[in-house]
Amino acid sequence: MNRQETIESVTSDQLKSDDQYPVFSVGDTLDVHVRIIEGEKERVQVYQGVLIAQKGRGINRTITVRRIVANEGVERIFPLHSPRIAKIDVVRRGDARRSKLYFLRERVGKSRRLRDQRRGLKHVN
Amino acid sequence: MTAALLGYKLGMTRYFTEDGKNIPVTVIEAGPCTVTQVKDQDNDGYEAVQIGFEEIKPRRSTMPVIGHDFKAGSVPLRHHRELRCESPSVDLGDTITVTCFDGIPFVDVLGVSKGKGFQGGMKRHNFSGLEASHGVKRRHRSPGSIGGHASNLGTGPKIKKGKRMAGRMGGENMTMRSLEVVSFDEKKNLLLVKGTVPGPNGALVFIREAVRLNKQKASAKKRAG
Repeated sequence: MNRQETIESVTSDQLKSDDQYPVFSVGDTLDVHVRIIEGEKERVQVYQGVLIAQKGRGINRTITVRRIVANEGVERIFPLHSPRIAKIDVVRRGDARRSKLYFLRERVGKSRRLRDQRRGLKHVN
Repeated sequence: MTAALLGYKLGMTRYFTEDGKNIPVTVIEAGPCTVTQVKDQDNDGYEAVQIGFEEIKPRRSTMPVIGHDFKAGSVPLRHHRELRCESPSVDLGDTITVTCFDGIPFVDVLGVSKGKGFQGGMKRHNFSGLEASHGVKRRHRSPGSIGGHASNLGTGPKIKKGKRMAGRMGGENMTMRSLEVVSFDEKKNLLLVKGTVPGPNGALVFIREAVRLNKQKASAKKRAG
């Protein structure tokens, strides 16, 4: 085993199985269910936004989800294999032609929306 | 049990605790090491344990090393290192594995930092450099004035000794103190410590029980047992 394989073998039991999450791609609108621990209590908060980037392999895999809160853009980066992520739902499938949607940061108003993947329905997001 | 090992730094990754905390960890292939010499007050004037790591073929070693390691009943080893300890609890020829860190919450990791080559004062000593504008020309990263020609006695023909300037950076012995032991793998001889460790991936590192802890870590150790 080389170095990289040994490191991966350490983290392999922490990886979530492939069927844990639905298939999603950049441009989709996601519901990310995040476990929040407040003292003794645990509750689940849903964070909805557009998936604008995916990065990393294995345990380092992360997704960047962008949403607008009180007219201010908010981006959260979630490590996909973190136990704090309870569930991910796909709300809408957006049509994106590139892998990183950083151009959405400059977009304001209606142009912020992405075309739906079912081409006929324009601007569903 | 004497808790000290030689090992190789493999690289970094992340580790999730049960409550979802994301910890940056360095994976170290640590041991198994053999005790190749036990030094005592009578023979050597001080008490210490010498450990050796990684077996090699005798033809790749030298006769002195082969003879030295043979006394411990071992094949020749590539690396040796001494750890000072009073009344050591190990004997010649004992094998130390990563399980020696069981119950030890914090360790020190010693190694040689990555060589950076010849670097300027800004990178090497965190100097601020000169201004970007206001009449500064071609001197933006210079160290500025290095003082008058004063010797250590007061006046003299030379710059003060030890004046911080540009020069070779990195490749030094470094100690990362009191790193948290996240977990260890007995079968694969792996040790996971929180945070960074000196040197490139594949570098030789020496791991020992933390010699000095700050208040916060000392109380954490007490709580752990």
